Amino acid sequence: MTTRRKIKEAGIRNQAIDPASPVMQFGADKPLMLDSGAVLSPFTIAYQHYGTLNAARSNAVLICHALTGDQHVANKNPVTGKDGWWQTLVGPGKCIDTDRYFVICSNVIGGCMGTTGPASINPVTGEPYGTDFPVVTIRDMVRAQAMLIEALGIETLFCVVGGSMGGMQVLEWAASYPEKVFSAMPLATAAKHSAQNIAFHEVGRQAVMADPEWRAGRYLEEGTRPEKGLAVARMAAHITYLSEPALQRKFGRKFQDRVAPTFSFDADFQVESYLRYQGASFVERFDANSYLYVTRAMDYFDIAADHGGQLAKAFMNTKTRFCVVSFTSDWLFPTADSRALVHALNAGGASVSFVEIDSDKGHDAFLLDEPELMATTGGFIAAAARARGLGR
Amino acid sequence: MSNAAFLSEPHQSRVDLMLISGMIEPGSRVLDVGCGEGELLKLLADGRNVDARGIEISREGVAKAVAKGLAVIQGDADTDLADYPDDVFDYVILSQTIQATRNPRQVLEHMLRIGRRAIVSFPNFGHWRIRSQLMFGGHMPLTETLSYSWWNTPNIHFCTIRDFVGLVDTIGAIQERASALDSNGRLIRFRLPWWFWNLFGEQAVFVLKRGRE
Repeated sequence: MTTRRKIKEAGIRNQAIDPASPVMQFGADKPLMLDSGAVLSPFTIAYQHYGTLNAARSNAVLICHALTGDQHVANKNPVTGKDGWWQTLVGPGKCIDTDRYFVICSNVIGGCMGTTGPASINPVTGEPYGTDFPVVTIRDMVRAQAMLIEALGIETLFCVVGGSMGGMQVLEWAASYPEKVFSAMPLATAAKHSAQNIAFHEVGRQAVMADPEWRAGRYLEEGTRPEKGLAVARMAAHITYLSEPALQRKFGRKFQDRVAPTFSFDADFQVESYLRYQGASFVERFDANSYLYVTRAMDYFDIAADHGGQLAKAFMNTKTRFCVVSFTSDWLFPTADSRALVHALNAGGASVSFVEIDSDKGHDAFLLDEPELMATTGGFIAAAARARGLGR
Repeated sequence: MSNAAFLSEPHQSRVDLMLISGMIEPGSRVLDVGCGEGELLKLLADGRNVDARGIEISREGVAKAVAKGLAVIQGDADTDLADYPDDVFDYVILSQTIQATRNPRQVLEHMLRIGRRAIVSFPNFGHWRIRSQLMFGGHMPLTETLSYSWWNTPNIHFCTIRDFVGLVDTIGAIQERASALDSNGRLIRFRLPWWFWNLFGEQAVFVLKRGRE
């Protein structure tokens, strides 16, 4: 029995193989050339879209998702049943107004929600790729998105938006396809992944690979799941998305359903219980191998290195309008990173807005309903729409 | 940001902004250093089709300006102007801000490097009311436009019109235009002697360009 049948017979709707969203297939005539030199073909992109493309095809907005995000930006998530991950920002009447703009969001290459990745079936073997999947980069993700946009008949994007790894894709779009990007909003991101961030990712990957259920990446065929390893990876990562003040405010040293320590290794503290919950719920929706590949893609990201070591060169004479946003308590992508980016954009003569938003919610703040974030992004988008001739 | 270089005075009637905006050629590229919430930028972008950018130190100011759709970045005149390449702007404006910079000379030199013209407006510390407060009141001057006490003011480098002209000469810049506004915000029109401007001008606006190297 093939793995595919095993999964189907188990009654699990496997989003990696059978996503609950539209897909675009790219056959042998349209291979994806990867930075590693490998060629991915055939491949599939799973994506969502909202709103209507106008006659001039000038109102398309591309949303780029972060490490563990997916294409379900503004609809109920088919796996978790929760709201879309950026429904605070995207939707009818929201800053990125789906009544005005044609909004597209696609699952990244290497993901596990229907775009080709390590959990997809390798056409050569009939089994999941696993670690036979080629290592991909942020630029590969963007190259694939560009093929999707072209297949949708869209020449230029009105705006490309994303936070964290999504912000990296935004920057890559602006550097690789400046003529296709009218405006860009890289939020809570950086032009390169820092040593500290690579270090955190390595901890997560080692946790996954140390789980005996990982089976050298072939767990799908063997019918196991490296849930413990992936949960630990998520728990460690989740700490980096928050901040000490936020953890203190939310949990402090409060006990979980008890009044005194149990003198055991139970989750005595609320913060422990919270992290365990984060880990456990994550493994329900994310593929362990995808986690390895997508974190790796972020590690390799360094736009300046792709442009002779000078970040400003990546954006020289760009016509794209930029809005860069950072958050005071984000220690994963600190304001200094955004500032370096802004300096480079200025040196390249770009039109750029930059604001550091005061929030104690850490890196995750970009996903939350922060009033200042809404005002900033809303103002920027509205002004860009006027400049683009997208009247009400 | 540790210093307060861009905290300009709260302004109800910024006549100098109207004056400055009238000095800008339509269609030019402008950087407003210490742009606050972007009043001048908005005036320029809407009325004169200007490619207007701003730098502002206060987070609130930047957030409000960006929400208006203006291209404003959070930054500090004393440190960030150095990052701009030469000759990228037609005008670099510093309105009511020079007195709050740590190194006014360096800021002015950078402005003249990155822009073809520098426009500077500032409160004249030589105005007769300020002089009389110090002379007869014996205390640091407090006026409607300069409302801080000596111990909480972000304004650390006050100058008179005559002082400013001295700095312009020191750095070898050329005055293209100079105007003074009286306490009612009216332009002092006549080409009166410096001592008159220095005594009756409450604010001054200078247009400068680079001198010959």
